[in-house]
Amino acid sequence: MAITKEDIERLADLARLNLTPEEIEKLTGDMETIINYSMNKLNELNTDDVLPMEHVLPISNVFREDICEKSFDREEILKNAPEKAEGCFLVPKVVE
Amino acid sequence: MKLTDLTASMAAEKIKKREISVIELTKAYLERIDELNGTIGAYITVCAEQALRQAESVQKKLDSGEDILPLAGIPAGLKDNICTKDVKTTCASKMLDNFLPPYDATVTKKLSESDVIVLGKLNMDEFAMGSSNENSWYMPVKNPLDHERVPGGSSGGAAAAVASHMSCFALGSDTGGSIRQPASFCGVVGLKPTYGAVSRFGLIAFASSLDQIGPITKDVVDCAMVMNIIAGHDPLDSTSVDINYPDYTTFLNNDVKGLRIGLPKEYFGSGLHEEVKEKILDAVKAYESYGAIIEEVSLPFTEYAIPAYYIISSAEASSNLARYDGIKYGYRAKEYSDIIDLYKKTRSEGFGTEVKRRIMLGTYALSSGYYDAYYKKALKVRRLIFEDFQKAYQKVDVILGPTSPATAFKLGEKTANPLEMYLGDIYTVSVNIAGLCAISLSCGFDSKGLPIGMQLIGKPFDEGTLIRAAYTYESNTGKSGVTNCGI
Amino acid sequence: MEYEVVIGLEIHAELDTRSKIYCGCTTEFGGEPNTHCCPICTGMPGVLPVLNKTVVEYAVRAGLAANCAISSFSKQDRKNYFYPDLPKAYQTSQYDLPLCKNGYLEIEVDGSVKKIGITRIHIEEDAGKLIHDESGKVSYVDYNRCGVPLIEIVTEPDMRSSAEVKAFFEKLKSILEYTSVSDCKMQEGSLRADVNLSVRPKGQKEFGTRTEIKNLNSVRAIVRAVDGEARRQISVLERNGVIVQETRRWDDEKGESYSMRDKEEAHDYRYFPEPDLTPVVVDEAWLDKIRSSIPELPDERRKRFIAEYGIPAYDAAFITGSKPLADFFEAAAKESKNAKAISNWIMGDVMKKLNDTGLEPLDMPIKPESLSRLVSLIDENVISGKIAKQVFEIMWDTGEDPADIVEKEGLKVVTDTEEIRSIVIQVISANPKSVEDYKSGKTKAIGFLVGQIMRETKGKADPQAVNRLLKEELDKL
Repeated sequence: MAITKEDIERLADLARLNLTPEEIEKLTGDMETIINYSMNKLNELNTDDVLPMEHVLPISNVFREDICEKSFDREEILKNAPEKAEGCFLVPKVVE
Repeated sequence: MKLTDLTASMAAEKIKKREISVIELTKAYLERIDELNGTIGAYITVCAEQALRQAESVQKKLDSGEDILPLAGIPAGLKDNICTKDVKTTCASKMLDNFLPPYDATVTKKLSESDVIVLGKLNMDEFAMGSSNENSWYMPVKNPLDHERVPGGSSGGAAAAVASHMSCFALGSDTGGSIRQPASFCGVVGLKPTYGAVSRFGLIAFASSLDQIGPITKDVVDCAMVMNIIAGHDPLDSTSVDINYPDYTTFLNNDVKGLRIGLPKEYFGSGLHEEVKEKILDAVKAYESYGAIIEEVSLPFTEYAIPAYYIISSAEASSNLARYDGIKYGYRAKEYSDIIDLYKKTRSEGFGTEVKRRIMLGTYALSSGYYDAYYKKALKVRRLIFEDFQKAYQKVDVILGPTSPATAFKLGEKTANPLEMYLGDIYTVSVNIAGLCAISLSCGFDSKGLPIGMQLIGKPFDEGTLIRAAYTYESNTGKSGVTNCGI
Repeated sequence: MEYEVVIGLEIHAELDTRSKIYCGCTTEFGGEPNTHCCPICTGMPGVLPVLNKTVVEYAVRAGLAANCAISSFSKQDRKNYFYPDLPKAYQTSQYDLPLCKNGYLEIEVDGSVKKIGITRIHIEEDAGKLIHDESGKVSYVDYNRCGVPLIEIVTEPDMRSSAEVKAFFEKLKSILEYTSVSDCKMQEGSLRADVNLSVRPKGQKEFGTRTEIKNLNSVRAIVRAVDGEARRQISVLERNGVIVQETRRWDDEKGESYSMRDKEEAHDYRYFPEPDLTPVVVDEAWLDKIRSSIPELPDERRKRFIAEYGIPAYDAAFITGSKPLADFFEAAAKESKNAKAISNWIMGDVMKKLNDTGLEPLDMPIKPESLSRLVSLIDENVISGKIAKQVFEIMWDTGEDPADIVEKEGLKVVTDTEEIRSIVIQVISANPKSVEDYKSGKTKAIGFLVGQIMRETKGKADPQAVNRLLKEELDKL
C-alpha cells in the first residue's frame, strides 16, 4: 500500500504537528516501509475468529469510592504553565 | 575494592554493621558521577544536595538505633520518566525540559519510604521510544564497556549507570524490552515485572497497556531486594493487581532441580548472531548440569510480535503524548498566530524525530478507515501471542532465550533505518504483549568483550521462579554483574 | 408543501456525585478557577484514572428509570481531539459498549401518549471552562469542571415537534431528579442538550439532511431553537436550497442559529479502548441492589397524589414533573387539611416567584410547613386571602413563619362587629352618592362601598361581616 505525501499531511494535521518538506519526504518513506512490513506480516494470519485483546489482565470493576479528597494548591497546578494569569492557564483566544 | 563496587546487598550489610556510613557511600557515588557522567551521559539530573541531606537523615536513624529497612541508605537512580516531586522529570525531551512534577510516582514514594537515597534522574530515549538511547534530547548515552557503542535503550542511562557504578541500582521502565535489552548490552541484571505487579502511577506513559517499571541491578540478589520494595498493589493504578506479593528474597535458592526450561525454536533462528547463540546454548547446558529439564517449545506467532507491538504501542503513544500541547506544562513555542498554530509549533519543536514518527504511525493506526485493519488486527494478534505462551507454559515453567539477537552496536549504526532498529526487539516485545515477566542476565561475552544477555521469561506473577533460576546460574558461574567487567 | 420535522436529542447531565469521575476532587459548582483540581484531572504526565463506583451506579439508575437494557459488560474508550478545555487531549467516554441501551420514555402531548426511544446512555467526563478575555486576544482556562462525571443520553429521532421535545426533556429531567442522579441545575450547566434536526416533505420515508445545534441550556432555548431551526430549514428547502450537514449554535437573544466554524475539521476522534481502565461488569446482584435504590418515579407519584391527596390530575402532573416541587408539595400537604389549596399556591404564587427570581425549586427560601400553616391561617379565617398574599411575600423574603408575620404586622382579620360597624357607618356617610345609587336599585354600588371599607381596614376586616353589616346599615336608612 502506498502512503502519499497527502496522507502524511492529513495525519500530521490530526496529530497537530508541523512537518518540514524534508520531514514529510522522509516520513512518507519510513511510514510506507514500516506499515507495509507490518501489514504484510499481520495479513498472513487469518484472525476472523479471534477476539481483540484489549487487556492482558483478567480484571474488571476496579473502582474508587465516591469520597472527596483535598485538591492541590492552585500554585502547584499552575506552576509548570508556560503562561498564566488570574489563576488560569492562558491560551490565545479560542474562537467557537 | 571501591565502595561503589559493592552490590546493594553487600553495601546494606556493611551499613548495618557500621563498617561504612550512608554518607560516605553516597559521597562515593556522587564522586563517581562527577568523574564519569561527562563521558557516559547516564544522568540528566543529579540531586547531590538532596541525596546528601537524605543520607544524613538515614544515617541519623541508624545511629539512633532505629530498625532500618533492608536497602536503607543505598544510593539509586531513577529513569527520567518516573515522576519525582519538585525534581525535574524530562523524559529526555525538550518538551519536558523544565517540568517539575507536583507529585511523586508511587515507586518514588516507595523508595523514599524505604530510605533509598535518590542520586538523580537517568538518561533515556525520548519518551522511552528507542533501543539505543540515541533519541535523548540531551545527549546519547555511551556504553560504559565501549564508548563507541550504545548502551541499549530506552533505559540506557539506567543500565549504564549501574554498569559503570554511578548508581548502586536503578529503576527503569520496559515497554518492549527497554529494561532487558540495555541490561543485556551493559552486562547487568534487568527485570521486567508482570504487567500489573508494579504501579505505573507516576510513570510518564508511553504505551499504557505495555509499560512496566522494573529494577536494573548489579546482581540477582539486588533484583529480588528491589522487587520487594516496588512490587505491590496500588489503588491509584487501576491495572495494578491486588494479590499477595511474595518476599522475593525467599527465591534466592541455588536449586533448579526439576525446573522445566523451554527453548522456543523460533528464538534460535536465522536472525540470531552466532556468538550470542553459542553462549546462550552454553547457559542451557549449564542449567542442564544443575538439574533442570530442558525442552523445546514453539511460539509460532513470534514473528508477528514486532508488527503488533509497533502498532499497539504507537497507537497508545499517539494518544498519551497528545497532552503535550504547550498549555499546562513543558515547552511552548515562542511565536504563534492562534491556538492551532500554538499546538503545531509547540509539538513540532518540542518532540524529536523518533517520537514524531511513532505519533504519526499511531495516528494512522487509529484513524478512521484504518482502525480495523491495523489496530484491531494487532489486538487480535496480541491474543494469539498471549495464547502461544499459555500453551508453552503447560509444558514448561520458564522459557529461555537470548535477550537481543546481537551485542551492543555502534552509535549511529542503525539510526538511518528505523525498521532495522525495531527488528532488534524481536525477543523482548512478546513479553510485553503478553503481559509476562522476564529477566535478562549476563551469560558471557563476545569476542569483542561485549556482554551477552540471556532472557528467562516467566508466567504471570511468577517472578519468584525467574529469580530462583537466575540466582542459580549466577551462583554457579559468577558471570553476572559488572563486577567482572573490569571497568 | 407540508413538512415534517424530525428531532433527536443528545442530553448531557452532570452526575450528582461528591467527587469527580477519576479522582477525589470535589464536583462542587463554582470556586476560584483551578482550585478543584489535582494532577489527575488536569492531565499531568504520569497520572492514572480510577473510576468512581457511584458514577456507574448513577448511570445504571438512570438507565433503569429510562427502561434501558443494562450492559453486563461495558468498557471505556478514549475520544481523541485537541482543545484547550481538554487537558489530556482525549475525553474518556464510552464508544461501542455503552453502559445502558435501548430504552424509552413515554410522553403525553395534547392528550396522546407517545414513546420516545433512547438509543444509549453512557458515562464520560466533563471538560473545563474557557473564559474569553474582553480584549479578544486571550482565553483563560479553568479546569474545575474537568472530570466532573457526565452521562450522555442519546435518543432516537422520534420527536416531531418542539412540544414533544419539551415534554420529553421535562420528563427526562424529572426522572434524573427523582433518581437523584443529577441536580439538573440548568443555569449551572448540569443539564444541557444538543438538538439534531431535519425536515422532510410529509409522507417521505427518508430522513432529510440534519444539522446539530449544540449546547442549549434552558428549556426555552431548546424549544425556540427547535422552532427556529425547523423554520430555517423549511425556508431553505422552499427556496430550492440545500441543507448542509453541520454544527450550528443557537443565539437565543437574536432568535436564530448560525453555523459554527468546525473546530475539528476532520472529526476523526480515533476512539480506542482506554488501556488505563478495566472493563465494567454489572452482574445481577449488583443490578438488583441498584434497582432497589430507585425511588418512586414521577408517573407512579402522580397517580398516588391524585388518590392520596385528592388533587386534580392536572395539578398532580404539574407538580410531580419536578421532584423538588413534588417533595415540597408532599411535605406541605401532609401537614394540611387542604391539599388543593397547597397545590394552588405552588402552581400560582410559588411558580411565579421562582420564575421571577430565576431560582430552582430546590433553592426555594420557604419551608413546606410554612406554606401549610399559611393555608391553615386562611382556612381558619385568621387572615383573608388577600392578606395571605402579603404574608407570602414576607415569608419569601425573610423565611419567617406566617403566624409570626401576621402577629408582628398586625394582619389578623378584624372580627369585632362594633369596630367594623363604626367604619361602615363612617363610609356610608362619606359616600352619599353611592348610597343613593344603591337605593335606586344600582346594586353594583355596594361593591364600591365594600371596597372603601376594606381600604379603611387595610383589608383586614372579615369580608362576611362587612357585607352583613353594610346591608343592615343601608337597610336602616
